[in-house]
Amino acid sequence: MSDTLIRLAHVEKSFVKGKEKISIFEHLDMTIPRGDFVAIMGPSGSGKTTLLNMLGGIDTPTAGEISFDGQRIDQYNERQLSKWRSDHVGFIFQFYNLMPMLNAAQNVELPLLLKPLSASQRKQNVAAALEVVSLADRAKHYPREMSGGQQQRVAIARAIVSDPQLLLCDEPTGDLDRTVADEILAMLQLLNKELGKTIVMVTHDPAAARYAKRTLHLDKGKFVEREELAA
Amino acid sequence: MSLASQVSAVVRMNVKSIGQRFWPSLSTVVAVMLVVLVLLSFLAMANGFQQTIRGAGRDDVAIVLRAGATTELNSGLSRDQVRLLGEGPGVAHDANGDALLSPELFVIADGKKKATGLKANLPLRGIGAAGAGLRDNLKIAEGRMFASGSNELVVGRGVQREFENFDLGSKVTLGKSQWVVVGIFETGGSVFESELWADLPVVQSLFNRTAAVQTVRAKLDGPDGLQKFKDYATNDPRLKLDVLSETQYFSDQASQTSGLIQYLGWPLAIAMAFGALAGALNTMYSAVLSRTREIATLRAIGYGGFPAFVGTLVESLVLAAVGGCIGALAAWIFFDGLSATTLGASFTQVVFKFEMSPKLVEQGLVLGMAIGLIGGLLPAFRAARVPIIAGLAER
Ligand SMILES: Nc1ncnc2c1ncn2[C@@H]1O[C@H](COP(=O)(O)OP(=O)(O)OP(=O)(O)O)[C@@H](O)[C@H]1O
Ligand SMILES: [Mg+2]
Repeated sequence: MSDTLIRLAHVEKSFVKGKEKISIFEHLDMTIPRGDFVAIMGPSGSGKTTLLNMLGGIDTPTAGEISFDGQRIDQYNERQLSKWRSDHVGFIFQFYNLMPMLNAAQNVELPLLLKPLSASQRKQNVAAALEVVSLADRAKHYPREMSGGQQQRVAIARAIVSDPQLLLCDEPTGDLDRTVADEILAMLQLLNKELGKTIVMVTHDPAAARYAKRTLHLDKGKFVEREELAA
Repeated sequence: MSLASQVSAVVRMNVKSIGQRFWPSLSTVVAVMLVVLVLLSFLAMANGFQQTIRGAGRDDVAIVLRAGATTELNSGLSRDQVRLLGEGPGVAHDANGDALLSPELFVIADGKKKATGLKANLPLRGIGAAGAGLRDNLKIAEGRMFASGSNELVVGRGVQREFENFDLGSKVTLGKSQWVVVGIFETGGSVFESELWADLPVVQSLFNRTAAVQTVRAKLDGPDGLQKFKDYATNDPRLKLDVLSETQYFSDQASQTSGLIQYLGWPLAIAMAFGALAGALNTMYSAVLSRTREIATLRAIGYGGFPAFVGTLVESLVLAAVGGCIGALAAWIFFDGLSATTLGASFTQVVFKFEMSPKLVEQGLVLGMAIGLIGGLLPAFRAARVPIIAGLAER
């Protein structure tokens, strides 16, 4: 096992809109070591979400290579990508994206239904994941009965329940106030430190970025890489 | 196994979400319910009519009509023909050696309907001495049989129920003559209960139809009796008559009218079904739209499009099934056994009951589920194809 978890080489991404070709990335290189916690910042429209989507295998580059653990995921077809995502990636969204009809435990169980696990094994894993986010006592609660911070913790439990190596977070605290945001960010930091999860987090908030090990600035499709100094 | 659990999780989710879109879901349920209700009301009517008419017929009774006549009203037989028929093969005889044969005359009289107060046609049947014995399940429920040679009537239960002044002991004017009701008879709900019966010679004379007979009913003497009697009555140059079993005759009569009822009912129900289908499509498309982000989230997690497809389809089928079942139940409660009268093939009032059956309910449910299936299919395809990236961007 090498130390590099993700490698982007000469990644190009463009959209065709009518006759126009909108180029977002012309030539992007990037390396994310195993166990990293990267914050990605940048102005609106700079391509942060697009990059995250490509890292997570829900979008594909127009040209170039993306490898994960040495595997060329840019060459996977949709089915392979689906399988790969369920094995290796946990997503955390700005608006939590929980299923309103399912309670916390059922939401957390969703990724496990893709695995050949027995019901009792699933139950165990769900309980463990809810324990990690300190929501064991809320297992039977529905999203509408929980605060934004609690919902995001359920979403984190869902993201880690099948033990993926990579967590991708798009503005995970964008909808939360400072105190709750700090709670969530501390939790992500813990997952990175204690469980060794590799985390890529898009954020607009410099205070949030400070929880990461490093911050990459994206502007007009290019990185401005530097060590983020504690302000 | 994991596909099954994915599908069942999504199905559970979708079915639970029905309550969330309460009004559009309810409108689909109600639309399907109305379609099923309307269809079943027509089918129950046709079915009840057919059962009533067909139930009157017997396999061991032959009915003889003038060649080419389709109903009793346009048939006619001569006195000689009646006599020759009595000598024919295949006809059963009583203990005295008399042929079990009933020449019958069928005239139209007036009655006033209790429900509307309007006049309606009532069939008065003059029957021969053997006539009553040729009817199945005949029961004189009140009073007694008419005496031969007298102007006495026995009245079918249906007539007594639906028409004014046909109770036991009533004096009735039919045509220009006076009659007395001496009995009420039942034949297990069959078409005869919509008739008045009297002695044939009396009917002939009071209605100035001396010696005229329209049909002959004959009791057959065995399983091959019909064929023997038929060969005789069709081939003998003095006869050249049509012979059918009574069952056959009635079922021919019933199929015209019940066919007509069905041909009204199906197109109406199907036209309504298209309306319900438009509603179902609308409901399900909006359901898929409102779930776009949820579906995209599941796809991001690693779910395929299939669970979303099945979930949407099942949701639609559940709505249709609920509507269909309520419609069928309501039809059964409101229409089964409902009494009605309609014009029979002989332009007389036939009293019959709407009759539901599991088979009809099945047809109603099939139509209802078809609405759910088609109404769910296109939205289900859309659900399966929700684009992940755009779907996640949805708020
Ligand atoms: N499907 C698409 N078709 C055309 N253009 C697109 C598409 N998806 C994204 N874009 C464009 O690509 C650019 C980058 O989008 P992206 O969502 O990655 O930006 P972002 O950095 O995440 O912005 P924000 O901070 O507002 O979330 C934008 O200009 C956007 O309009
Ligand atoms: Mg974005």
